[in-house]
Amino acid sequence: MPIQILMPALSPTMEEGTLAKWLVKEGDQVNSGDILAEIETDKATMEFEAVDEGIIGAILIAEGSDGVKVNTPIAVLLEDGEAMTDVVAEVAAPVVAEIEKPAATAKPAEIAPPLEDVPEGTTFKSQTVREALRDAMSEEMRLNDDVFLMGEEVAQYQGAYKVSQGMLDEFGARRVIDTPITEHGFTGIAIGAAFTGLRPIVEFMTFNFAMQAIDQIINSAAKTRYMSGGQMGAPIVFRGVNGAASRVGAQHSHDYASWYAQVPGLKVCMPYSAADAKGLLKSAIRDENPVIFLENEILYGRAFDVPEIDDFTVPIGKAKIWRTGDDVTIVSFGIGMQYALEAADRLAEEGISAEVIDLRSLRPLDSETVVKSVMKTNRCVTVEEGFPVCSIGSHISAILMQQAFDYLDAPVINCTGKDVPMPYAANLEKLALITTDEVVDAVKSVTYR
Amino acid sequence: MPPAKKAAKRKLPNVSGEELLKHYREMLLIRRFEEKAGQLYGMGLIGGFCHLYIGQEAVVVGLEAAAEEGDQRITSYRDHGHMLACGMDPKGVMAELTGRAGGYSRGKGGSMHMFSSEKNFFGGHGIVAAQVPLGAGLAFANQYRGNDRVSFAYFGDGAANQGQIYEAMNMASLWKLPCIFVIENNQYAMGTSLQRASSTPDLYTRGQAFAIPGEAVDGMDVLAVKAAGEKAVAHCRSGEGPYILEMNTYRYRGHSMSDPAKYRTREEVQKIKDEKDPIDHIREMLTQGKHATDDDLKAIDKEIKKTVSEAADFATNSPEPALEELYTDIYA
Repeated sequence: MPIQILMPALSPTMEEGTLAKWLVKEGDQVNSGDILAEIETDKATMEFEAVDEGIIGAILIAEGSDGVKVNTPIAVLLEDGEAMTDVVAEVAAPVVAEIEKPAATAKPAEIAPPLEDVPEGTTFKSQTVREALRDAMSEEMRLNDDVFLMGEEVAQYQGAYKVSQGMLDEFGARRVIDTPITEHGFTGIAIGAAFTGLRPIVEFMTFNFAMQAIDQIINSAAKTRYMSGGQMGAPIVFRGVNGAASRVGAQHSHDYASWYAQVPGLKVCMPYSAADAKGLLKSAIRDENPVIFLENEILYGRAFDVPEIDDFTVPIGKAKIWRTGDDVTIVSFGIGMQYALEAADRLAEEGISAEVIDLRSLRPLDSETVVKSVMKTNRCVTVEEGFPVCSIGSHISAILMQQAFDYLDAPVINCTGKDVPMPYAANLEKLALITTDEVVDAVKSVTYR
Repeated sequence: MPPAKKAAKRKLPNVSGEELLKHYREMLLIRRFEEKAGQLYGMGLIGGFCHLYIGQEAVVVGLEAAAEEGDQRITSYRDHGHMLACGMDPKGVMAELTGRAGGYSRGKGGSMHMFSSEKNFFGGHGIVAAQVPLGAGLAFANQYRGNDRVSFAYFGDGAANQGQIYEAMNMASLWKLPCIFVIENNQYAMGTSLQRASSTPDLYTRGQAFAIPGEAVDGMDVLAVKAAGEKAVAHCRSGEGPYILEMNTYRYRGHSMSDPAKYRTREEVQKIKDEKDPIDHIREMLTQGKHATDDDLKAIDKEIKKTVSEAADFATNSPEPALEELYTDIYA
C-alpha cells in the first residue's frame, strides 16, 4: 500500500503551518531520515524527515502553501513495485481540492479595541500578539539604549516562541542576550543591572521556570524600593508565557496571575488582545517599577486589530470594557477573555445582555470599573484559567462584597481552572480548563434563567 | 583556627604612617560602632536581627582602600561594616538600626536592608547569597555602559554553598563581567563550621569550574587584604573578567545577638583575639614604626568614641517615621 505522508504537528499548539519548501521531487527515492521538506510553524522553520523508505509518488501540496492543517496528506510514498496508478483516486484528490484555497484558513482580525484608547480616525492593522510584543520591545529599544532583552534562546534561536524574531539582527548581541539555563542567576543579574538604572526585559521561556527565580523577583526586585526608602528600585520587565498551552502537563501549565498580583512592589499585566499586549508592554518597559507581564502561548498566534499610531501605549491599571450589557458583568483577563466573549455572544442569542470587562492589569487592579459595572448589572461572573483558591476572581468577589454588597442580586460565581495539577491526557486536560459552556451556565445561574 | 591558613607570603609594600592611621581609624570606627549597636540592642533600642561585624574589620577596610570612586559594593545582612567603610554616615546607619526617620531607609529597612545610591552601596540583603547575582548584575551594568567600574559582591562561607552563586559565576566568567566575588570566610555559617558544611575547605577554588582565578587572603591583615584587592581590581578593570578573594577572617561575636555560642569554645575566640586581632596588628605597626605615640592613638580613640556616641544620640533622638511612611516608596 502506498504511504500517505501527513502534515506533521511540530509544536504543542500547532494546528496548521506553511509548507515552505520541498527538498524532494516526484520520482525521488527517499530513505528514512532524509529531509523531505521545510515546514514553517508560527514559531520556527523546521526540517521534516522521512520515516519510511520508498519513492515519492506524488506531491499533493505545492511548496509555498499556507495554512496546511496538521494531518493533511502532503505527499504519497510508493513502496517497491508500486506505481501512482495503483493509488486509488480518493486518497489524493479531495485533499488537493481542499488545500487549493488557503485564503480561507487565514484568521480574520478580531474585534477592534474600543475607541477610548485611541484617537478618532485611527487606522488599524491586523497583527498577531507575537508580532505586537516584538514591536513593543523593538520600538522601546530604538528609543532608549538602556533597554535590553535577556533570556534563554532570545537571540540566535530567535526566541523559543519566536517573539524576539529579528531582534538580534537589529540590536546586536550587546542588547539581545542569550543566557545559560539559569533562571535564578540571570534574574538576579538583570535585577542588579536594574538597580543601576538600566531597564532589562527578562524573558522567561515560561513562567513555570520563573519559579526558580521567584526569590529574586519578590525579595530583590519588588521590595528594594521600599527597603531603601526610595533610593533605588528595579525598572525591569519579566515577561513570558504563562498558563496552559496544550498537552504540556502539570509543570508547564501553571497560571501565576494571582501569585504575583498578591505582592506589593510589583505591577502585573496579563493582556488578551495584540493591541493591549503592545500598548501595555511599552508602558511596562517605561515603568520605574518591576512589572510581571504574563503572556499566553495560544494567544501568540491570534491576530487582532492594532492601532497604527506612533507610540501607542496602554496605561497599566486600567480595565477595558469590550462590550457593554445590562444583565450581568463578566470579568476576565488574558485567555479567559476568549471564553468570556464567546459566552457573551451565545448569551446574546438567548436574550441575555452581558457586559464584558478585560482587566488587562491585575496589579494595580481597576476595581472601580468592575464595581461601577456591577452596580449597573447587579450580577457578576469572573473567568480565569488559574486555580480557584485565592484566585483573582475570589479577590474580585471580596471587593464586590465590600463595595457593592447592596447592589448584588446573586452571589458572584468564579469560573476558574479546576483544583487539580494539569493532566496530560487530552480529555482530562479539557476537563481541567474552563470552557465557554461553564461561563454560559454561570451567567444563567446568576441571572436565574 | 586557621584564618591565615593559605595566605600567600607576600612582601608588603612600604606603608606610610598616614595610610596606617587611615586604616586604623576606619577599623576602629567599625568596632566601636558595632559595640555601641550591641549595647543599644541590649537596651531594646534596636530590634529584630542584628549581625555584628566585630573581628572582620580588616576585610572591608582593606578592600575599600583598593576601590575607586564609582565602584560598587553589595553584601548580605552583616552589613554595618561595609556601610561605614564606604563612607556612609554613622548617624544614618545607626538611626536605621533603631528604625528612625533619620535612617538611610527612613526606618523601613533596618539592620539587614540598607542602601546608599550616593555611595554606590547596593545593600544590605537578607536572603543568603541573593546579593551575589545582584552584584554580578552591577558588573553587567558597568560593562553594558562601557565604563571601567568594578563591583564587589560580598558573601560568607555559608552562602558559598548556595547554587545561585555558581549560576552567577558562570555568567560572570562567560561574559567577563568586572565582578570581585569576596568570600568572607569567618569560619561559621551561623553555628555550622565550614568543615561541617563544605565538602572542600578551600573556598577560593570554587571558581575553578568557571575558570575564575581565586586567591586566599589573610583577612585579619588589612594590608594583605588591600594588596589582594588591588590585584583583583586591576584584573577586573583590564577586562579579564571576575576574580575570587577568599578572606579568611573571624567573627568575635555571635551570628546575631541571640546566638547561644554552643558551637565553639571561648578559648578559640580568645586565641584569635589575642593573636590575630586586625586592629591590634595595625596599632603595633603604628607604634613600632613610630608613626604614632600612645597619646596620638588615645586621641584617635577618643575622637572615634565621640563620633559613635553622636551617632547613638542621633539614632535615639531621631523620631520614628511618620505613619504616612507606611505607604510610601512601594512604587516609584
